[in-house]
Amino acid sequence: MKSISPAVRVVAAPSDSTSAPSVDPTGRARDLLGVSRLTNSALTSWLHGLPGVDQVGCEGRAAGLGTRSIKTTSKAFAIDMAISMIDLTTLEGADTAGKVRGLAAKALHPDPSDPSTPSPAAVCVYGDMVATARAALGDSPINVAAVATAFPSGRALMPVKLADTRDAIAAGADEIDMVIDRGAFLSGDYLGVFREIAQVAEACVREDGSRARLKVIMETGELVTYDNVRRASWLSMLAGGDFIKTSTGKVSPAATLPVTLIMLEAVRDWRDLTGEMVGVKPAGGIRTSKDAIKFLVTVSEIAGDDWLDPFWFRFGASSLLNDLLLQRQRMRIGAYSGPDYVTDDSPSLY
Amino acid sequence: MPTNQRTATDARVDVRKTYKLYIGGKFPRSESGRSYEVLDGRGRFLANASQGSRKDARDAVVAARAAFPKWAGATAYNRGQVLYRVAEVMEGRRAQFVAEVRASEGLTERRAEAVVNAAIDRWVWYAGWTDKLAQVLGGLNPVAGPYFDISAPEPTGVVGVLAPQRSSLLGLVSVVAPVIASGNTAVVLTSELRPLPAITLSEALATSDVPGGVVNLITGRTAEVAPWIASHRDVNAIDLAGAAEAEGIAWGDLELAAAENLKRVVRPAGEGSDAVEPDWTRTPDMSRMTAFLETKTVWHPKGR
Repeated sequence: MKSISPAVRVVAAPSDSTSAPSVDPTGRARDLLGVSRLTNSALTSWLHGLPGVDQVGCEGRAAGLGTRSIKTTSKAFAIDMAISMIDLTTLEGADTAGKVRGLAAKALHPDPSDPSTPSPAAVCVYGDMVATARAALGDSPINVAAVATAFPSGRALMPVKLADTRDAIAAGADEIDMVIDRGAFLSGDYLGVFREIAQVAEACVREDGSRARLKVIMETGELVTYDNVRRASWLSMLAGGDFIKTSTGKVSPAATLPVTLIMLEAVRDWRDLTGEMVGVKPAGGIRTSKDAIKFLVTVSEIAGDDWLDPFWFRFGASSLLNDLLLQRQRMRIGAYSGPDYVTDDSPSLY
Repeated sequence: MPTNQRTATDARVDVRKTYKLYIGGKFPRSESGRSYEVLDGRGRFLANASQGSRKDARDAVVAARAAFPKWAGATAYNRGQVLYRVAEVMEGRRAQFVAEVRASEGLTERRAEAVVNAAIDRWVWYAGWTDKLAQVLGGLNPVAGPYFDISAPEPTGVVGVLAPQRSSLLGLVSVVAPVIASGNTAVVLTSELRPLPAITLSEALATSDVPGGVVNLITGRTAEVAPWIASHRDVNAIDLAGAAEAEGIAWGDLELAAAENLKRVVRPAGEGSDAVEPDWTRTPDMSRMTAFLETKTVWHPKGR
């Protein structure tokens, strides 16, 4: 692992990918596929031409990577790295402005007893809470991510999805988490999914020409097979996603290690093919520091250390942060800490 | 008829036992994978026990914390019934307890039986206290104003218990039963050299109605694990009875670590820094129960 302090890296964007897209996704897709017109059958034969995933091998590899022993200074580094990669998330029907402000306050000062604790990369909320989150975060480098396009089901007409996206951008979102139409994907309408992503990516361009980063949620728990995960990853990157993200967190199974491994292979191969980097975001179901460290090991081993950066890898999580903080306190004070020493984010029962 | 058939008198292959920990109602191996040999009073092999580590203690605290709200919220009558049922299961395993106490403590058959009787009776004694604590310790306070003012004892939370080193069953029951009778949950570090009666007690607890996580038993080296329980920020109280005669432990250090989050501490018997193991056969009083209780007082306005 590199020895850069993760605390300061959220600010720096290693590339200019926040500016307007330099390539037209459809044109690039035509070039990559070697076709004169992008049709569904061209996309189908390209995606189905990808090598199949060896399920047993993939799960075995993931399980093997999960057995690495990360201790002492490496563990301290990994914990700070993981904290700085979190998209601190609240996506509940019962969200209020107060809860979002509380989450933003937690992002600004994750552990008030230790100011050296790094901040998470972003706060992830529903579109109508973006302005509240932005105001609460002030001019801190923490981004505001908004879920859009009729999250979590994605069942809405295209104009609604685009309006959803533009509203979030107008309210100040730095990142957009969109969901793909899984029904269309599973029924083989790859071109429909491609256009959907490309149009949302276009809607991410602000009036001043800068661009919000687009995370494409594939909802791998509904894609049934690892082959589909690989195809959806390539399709999302082809259509111009800046990040590929596993899940909404509303469907189980959410972010598993094998699925994330397949996505990391995809972004690695995509860079070999096009020279561009795409981020990866597992979301949902990652609750313990131990799990998070397994993911970091996998990132380092599969994609490479270039992805070991909050700009290119994120955790979509809420309860994970508390567990990381407890581990951090444990290493600092030399005794086990308890839930009394971190904020309680569980929804109030009143 | 085959000629090589064994008769009943042939020697059996020894079943050498390797016991496990009791955490959250389950019997896991130690996270560390270690075990140690348990010997009887004369140094003969009895069984293997798991050698618990600090991480096992950590897991036990998590399990105890998770079990606390429901156990504390159960009615006192229900807790009494559940604890009485444990005494019934212990009675059913009487022969095993007698054999283990005898082997562990080097007692005669008669003495061991007397100890097991006393232990089961003590468990019943504490089971009877569950629904009487509030009557004895709580009540209506006279106040100068138009209020009902009511005090009631409440359990403290997760209690770490260092079980006595010498008295492996009667001493164990005498420190565990008062903790859970009032609604606390317990993380118990058993006697280091005599853990077998505690292991059997965990099997009795698992097969009675005590919810998983209410009592968690860790076998192992007291000096290794006790400091982690004493310093754990999510443990609310600690009973240091087992610091007496434990290898490599100064109970003052444990009390110091416990002060970090203001744990309630029950010191071991003895003068100054010398901890001694008390005579557990003496009839107990309420002190081990009250040590792990807090008093909640409610002011309720009333009309004139």
